[in-house]
Amino acid sequence: MKTFGILTFLVLAVGMAVLPLGIGDYGHGVLVGMMSYIVLASAWALFSGPTRYVSLATVAFFGIGAYTVAVLADHLPFGAILVVAGSIGLCVALLVGLATLRLAGIYFVIFSFGLAELVRQLITWFETSVNHTLGRYIFIEVSTAQIYWMLLGLGIITLGLRWWIGNSRLGLAVNAIGDDETVARHAGVNVTGVKLALFAVSSVLITLAGAIQAPRWTYVEPSIVFNPTISFMTLVMALLGGPGRLWGPVAGAVPLYFLFEWIATRFPDQNAIILGLVFVAIVFLVPGGLLSLIDKWRARARAAGEQAHA
Amino acid sequence: MFFSTLVIGLVLGGTYALIALGLTIQYGIARIMNLAYGEITIAGAFFVFLLVSSMGLSPLLGLVLVVPLGFALSWLLYGIVFHPLVKRASHAGQLEIDSILVTFGLMFLAQGLFTMFFGSEFAGYSWLQTPVNLLGAKIAAGRVLGLLIAVLIGGGLWLAMQRTRWGVNLRAVANHPEFAPLVGINRNSAARVAFGLGGAIAAAGGAVMSMYQPFTAVDGGFLTMKALVIVIMGGVGNLGGALMAGLMIGVVEAYVSYAIDPGLTLAATYTIFLGVLLWRPKGLFA
Repeated sequence: MKTFGILTFLVLAVGMAVLPLGIGDYGHGVLVGMMSYIVLASAWALFSGPTRYVSLATVAFFGIGAYTVAVLADHLPFGAILVVAGSIGLCVALLVGLATLRLAGIYFVIFSFGLAELVRQLITWFETSVNHTLGRYIFIEVSTAQIYWMLLGLGIITLGLRWWIGNSRLGLAVNAIGDDETVARHAGVNVTGVKLALFAVSSVLITLAGAIQAPRWTYVEPSIVFNPTISFMTLVMALLGGPGRLWGPVAGAVPLYFLFEWIATRFPDQNAIILGLVFVAIVFLVPGGLLSLIDKWRARARAAGEQAHA
Repeated sequence: MFFSTLVIGLVLGGTYALIALGLTIQYGIARIMNLAYGEITIAGAFFVFLLVSSMGLSPLLGLVLVVPLGFALSWLLYGIVFHPLVKRASHAGQLEIDSILVTFGLMFLAQGLFTMFFGSEFAGYSWLQTPVNLLGAKIAAGRVLGLLIAVLIGGGLWLAMQRTRWGVNLRAVANHPEFAPLVGINRNSAARVAFGLGGAIAAAGGAVMSMYQPFTAVDGGFLTMKALVIVIMGGVGNLGGALMAGLMIGVVEAYVSYAIDPGLTLAATYTIFLGVLLWRPKGLFA
């Protein structure tokens, strides 16, 4: 079963990697958008799935990544910029995590709710009052297909990490925290340490996703890269699929990405309304995520089978 | 300048405190983390804006009308949306996550509807702009009146919570939700009333805000954020704490926007919040 899982994963990865070869530049753009949300939703679920902390800080880290690229584009090679961006994301994650993660989850939700806005205000203030400009140009020679492949690599790393965490002692500890923090603490789990580690890993992945895509914008401004909708889209995608499962965020990201792309072209003004309705519908109709429905069907089929047997 | 900035800050803080009062009641008593709270405030502001700009009525009449409407809307919302979630939740953590997600959805829904009906421009009307001299600071009369209304509503609410039977019941549910039913208090109806009351205060806050400050369809998110910070600073469910914390945030914002940059007000709020979290996570007055 395990080798079968790994084989499927490899085939899927290769399939995704050759996907851009047959299509044009518009297709590449669509693939980048889809892969970006696959990475974001999976990285979000890496922390929020098992710990059940609702993080709204996604775009804060995404924006930090993109803005780091904008600042350093003329000074460093792209690879080195990615390393710097990841490090900055790590530092911010540790700072935020240390302040909020040892407290009840609600403090974290509230702080992450405004973190993106806080970072946006600080950068805007710094750029206008110290540098006296707002907005930067990014000129880096990277094709859309190359960006897609980098994001695909990041996605494979994210899913690999999630799989590894789920099958290690760390995963056991994390799930214990999600079920009952007090019990986990009594069982000897370093609760704050585990939460902090997961939050840091998840944040670095999100920062990198922002950094990798930055060259696609050409012109970058705080209000563009810190667009709060990205946080909400990520959250709703992970929830739709089921954040507790390895493939849940992917299963949520792909259909919702295309749904929102379609809505954005057909009903551009009703975007927020539809996003809101999707949120409410998920909580009431599929509280455990789409993939949990498979379990339900299986259980029902099994029960029906046993009944027929008897 | 020092003094007039203080007065401006207190006026601003009065509205913040009023808005935060409703949220602390909703979260402290009904135990619903309502992230769509600021949208009720904006709904109240739009309602008064419509009355004033298209029907030529007085904003004060708008305030009187908006309170029962805010109550009714939130009361219905609790029955339709949150009560099923409360019944379904196996533990408090589940309810918290569910309510956060649902209220997020409602926030988007409301912002989308506001934008559809009113557009994304600033809305506002001018009313009582004549400056009055308050302890050496020149300030628009509407703002002073706003502060007075905020103090009146907040003070009245505090008295009602402390001195009436009804207030004692609500506080009992806030402090010991599991024991309240033992002394004959209906927890469900107390939660529902508290949620409605919070909504009434949110709408009143919006009405007061509209009297002196233009607003947009998507301002609710900021208001919720500020109100949440104030609620945590004051201690969840602590009315006096929310009043003090609200005034403090208003004063700090006024000084930051006067001395450094108006674009940094939220950054200042969050710095204070971070300090409170590290130093006194149970609230400043615990």
